[in-house]
Amino acid sequence: MQGSTIDPSKTVVNYHHAAAATDSHHEEHHDFRILGLIVFLIAEGMIFMGLFIAYLTFRAVTPNWPPEGTPRLELLLPGINTTILIASSFVIHKADAAVKQNNISGLRTWFIATALMGAVFLGGQLYEYWHLEFGLKTNIFASTFYVLTGFHGLHVTFGLLLILAVLWRSLKPNHYNSEKHFGVEAAEIYWHFVDVVWIILFFLLYIL
Amino acid sequence: MNIPNTILAMLVGILLTLVSLWYGQNHGLLPVAASDEAAQVDGLFNTMMTVATGLFIIVQGTLVIAAIRFRKRKGDNTDGPPVHGNVPLEILWTALPAVVVAWISIYSFEVYNAMGGFDPMAAGDSHAAHMSASSKMRGAAIAAPLPAADAENPPASAPSPNNLIAVGVGASPANRGQNADVSVNVTGLQYAWIFNYPDSNVSSGELHLPAGKEAQLNISAMDVLHAIWIPELRLKQDAIPGRTVELRFTPRRVGEYPLRCAELCGSYHGSMATKLIVQTPEDYASWLQSQQVASNPSLEKAVAVNPGNLSDSDFLAPYTTEMGMNPETLHQIHHTHH
Amino acid sequence: MTQAELQATANTPTHSPEPGQRKWWEYFTFNTDHKVIGIQYLVTGFFFYLIGGVLASAMRTELATPAPDFVTPELYNGIMTLHGTIMIFMWIIPAGAGFANFLIPLMIGARDMAFPRLNAVAFWIVPPAGILLLTSFFVKPPEAGWTSYPPLSETASKAGEFIWILSVLLFGTASILGAINFLITILKMRIPSMGFNQMPLFCWAMLATSGLILIGTPVLAGALILLAFDIVAGTAFFNPTGGGDPIVYQHMFWFYSHPAVYIMVLPFFGVASEVIPVHSRKPIFGYRAIAYSSLAISFLGLIVWAHHMFTSGTPAWLRMFFMIATMVIAVPTGIKVFSWLATMWGGKIRLNSTMLFAMGFISTFVVGGLTGVMVASVPFDLHVHDTYFVVAHLHYVLFGGSVFGIYAAIYHWFPKMTGRMLNEPWGIVHFVLTYVGFNLTFLPMHELGLLGMPRRVAMYDPQFAHINLICTIGSYLLAVSTIPFLVNAIWSWVAGPKAGDNPWQALTLEWMTTSPPAIENFEILPVLDIGPYDYGMGDRSTEVDVPFSEAKEPVLSAGPSSVLRADPDPSVAVNPSDRQPEE
Repeated sequence: MQGSTIDPSKTVVNYHHAAAATDSHHEEHHDFRILGLIVFLIAEGMIFMGLFIAYLTFRAVTPNWPPEGTPRLELLLPGINTTILIASSFVIHKADAAVKQNNISGLRTWFIATALMGAVFLGGQLYEYWHLEFGLKTNIFASTFYVLTGFHGLHVTFGLLLILAVLWRSLKPNHYNSEKHFGVEAAEIYWHFVDVVWIILFFLLYIL
Repeated sequence: MNIPNTILAMLVGILLTLVSLWYGQNHGLLPVAASDEAAQVDGLFNTMMTVATGLFIIVQGTLVIAAIRFRKRKGDNTDGPPVHGNVPLEILWTALPAVVVAWISIYSFEVYNAMGGFDPMAAGDSHAAHMSASSKMRGAAIAAPLPAADAENPPASAPSPNNLIAVGVGASPANRGQNADVSVNVTGLQYAWIFNYPDSNVSSGELHLPAGKEAQLNISAMDVLHAIWIPELRLKQDAIPGRTVELRFTPRRVGEYPLRCAELCGSYHGSMATKLIVQTPEDYASWLQSQQVASNPSLEKAVAVNPGNLSDSDFLAPYTTEMGMNPETLHQIHHTHH
Repeated sequence: MTQAELQATANTPTHSPEPGQRKWWEYFTFNTDHKVIGIQYLVTGFFFYLIGGVLASAMRTELATPAPDFVTPELYNGIMTLHGTIMIFMWIIPAGAGFANFLIPLMIGARDMAFPRLNAVAFWIVPPAGILLLTSFFVKPPEAGWTSYPPLSETASKAGEFIWILSVLLFGTASILGAINFLITILKMRIPSMGFNQMPLFCWAMLATSGLILIGTPVLAGALILLAFDIVAGTAFFNPTGGGDPIVYQHMFWFYSHPAVYIMVLPFFGVASEVIPVHSRKPIFGYRAIAYSSLAISFLGLIVWAHHMFTSGTPAWLRMFFMIATMVIAVPTGIKVFSWLATMWGGKIRLNSTMLFAMGFISTFVVGGLTGVMVASVPFDLHVHDTYFVVAHLHYVLFGGSVFGIYAAIYHWFPKMTGRMLNEPWGIVHFVLTYVGFNLTFLPMHELGLLGMPRRVAMYDPQFAHINLICTIGSYLLAVSTIPFLVNAIWSWVAGPKAGDNPWQALTLEWMTTSPPAIENFEILPVLDIGPYDYGMGDRSTEVDVPFSEAKEPVLSAGPSSVLRADPDPSVAVNPSDRQPEE
């Protein structure tokens, strides 16, 4: 092949070839939103990862952990709360299954259930804040406790808003169907994320 | 005369090596080395400088030669040869740097070990020890006369290993396991250093050390991060509020060396400088004695000021002369700012 | 036919009849066209570069003499903090994002980014964040440096510090949103015939960069949230008085901010890999080695952060680990540098402004790389940490690397972006002034640091006065060097000679469309008739004989069949030997 000259006529052949290879051009480009959401959640996960590792480091360098005078955390209420949040992940998955069978009323039912469970969780969190014997500035443990749970609570709130938004949109006929239900899936994935973060957080703050 | 390419390449290689070796030894970029360890660091730097000079010349030389030899001539619109890569060559310039950095790593490791970086007393993981009580003394502590403060809580004074919660540079392998000859508690505050000699209860604004004796600095900070840096010893260590960090070294060369803060600590960070005075053991002893006799009562007064109550310029006045400016200038700039 | 003509002929059907000229005001709107957003990023970035440059000149003026006589030390620290923050967050990273936005879809044959609206949102966060940062001048600017180490950052000028945190958080959000877009666009929107190993190297570099942004930036956000709580709510995460630990902040900060160095320089490694083959008229040497070394750098970049903390009390074994990991980065970086040099060797180098800046980039970046290995060595770093040696090192990487890279990219792609050519003689004047000014400013700083001058000081020991004066003169030259560029760019944008589609006879796909590219880039999907770097391969009428295994010049002794090559599309390859029968 060295030294062979390529004459333009061949490239015309190629040009036809090219045109043939690409005639499917105006086809809708694929929907990458779910993938985008997952990549975004990886980034979100890194914030939590950073905060968790900061928490573990504070724990490691502080001689007595939790610092003296911190009352022991009560486990019952947060335990129930955790159970509710974990259960809600299964509930929201039901909604996803429903929409994939074009069952919009099923979608609504399960989303309402998830939203209620989320609201109960948030209420429980606020109740716990109200009754805790330490404040944000009591000591380093208290500060990390509030910032971690608070930051997570913010994410739960946002997830709740997402769910409500999907519910609102599901009122429009045929807004979601078995083919087209990005909003439902996104809300579900986000909710699972919030759930997984909580499990790690619960283990770190309450059990460890 | 027609010199074959290989010989030419070899000559260039030899010349390159010689130039690098010469420059690596004679760059004259470093200040004097006042300790044995500093001389070792210089050795390391010279080695790295030799390698760096070689690589620098190779890269810049290639750029210049390529720009001249392979520049596009007028009217030539052809392309260069279609060379897409050469696997053996890629392997060569992957392996060679790998070997070089491995070698520099090992060399650095050796030097660091000789400096005492691996002294388990200083380098160990006693990370989780107590936040020392000194951390609670911020601000108010400066107002307390120093000797008194020392008596009731020995934050930086005890060289016992349990107190060390951050790690610095410890004893060199030869001195490991024994206490240093001189122990000094160093406290950094905005914008000065205080050196306290716990054995003789002397405090000073300058660091005096006897030549040839191993010194141990127990470094901490009052307010924000500072860093003690003695360029002639090639040593630097952050002073961290709430922690005490150990730094051990043996100054060899008698003389006065600058000692500067190297971690941004506020507006007058640049003026936070004093001196390390390395003296003969005899001079050092007499200095210590004179301080014990003379300075104790006056020191209480001298240090018993709370910088918080002073304006910056008042506080800095004693230091301005060292910076080569007079207190009035300082006063002026301070006022123009407000 | 030349290479470029072959590629262009194959892509004739994709070519729009009309270049996609935009109205000037469209650049001030919320526009989802990646090309508009790319230019928006670049112009905004350059605007902040000028502000950061003014701050730098103020600093150098202050440092011309040992005493603090030009600005007060407080103000000096404020200027220094904002200079660092603006240059990093408002100039270099947005400039990288700007080129990525403009080039990625064009290079991979896509019509736009994966998420055009998200893209526009990401851009429109940047100007408000920058303006917010500047407003801190009206309170009291943050004084703790761009690193904002507590406890200083929690005590000095709290309001300014809080504004700083907000602005960096905003900027980080923009950066993450941008990275999501780049990542998915590169992974999913390439033309079907473009495999990973046919992707232009700039895309590889942005792939590595995006990964770093996604993993690193959130951790910085975490640190800044905690710092903000300390400042505003009075917690004590990083304040030892309340039982906190300032070192934790340093770990979290550097976990982002070391990778940030690669976030800032990797895109311009990509630029160099694009620019050098085009203007050397020779294929990139070792395509795959360069592509994969970007990934290696990005992975290693994530595990070296504590080398910024050798003096702050990390355990000895940790210091050794971070030292070795840091030194290992020299290996993939070396691969790139040697490959660029080998690309130039034997080529037909056009010494135009683009190529001069690319060569300047190699020349200065190498100095930063060499000193980088030095400061990685723990015993030596104990001496030079936080000194002017480090200032010199970081500017050789971020100015000598990134900014030279940005200029090379501007000179190279300006014709594509605007449809007009830049003035060549003024470009060369700009290069000479920049190169001389840069080295005059920063080379002497190595010596300052070694002799004992700490960084971030408004006043210094008179013994350093002479060298500092040289640096200050150099910095003025550097400041002046911007003027020919600005005039050239503005004048050429309005009235420069028309560029045509492919003024450099390049082979990557962005040159196969009009200049400026049509609104939707390509009419139909473009094809890689020849590989993106196949210079000297297609048309053999002016045959160059390649010595396939001549030992004397190994750089020139491997042929087109190298496994390291970026291949053309096998189904449409113009060269019969590259073609594979369709199955």
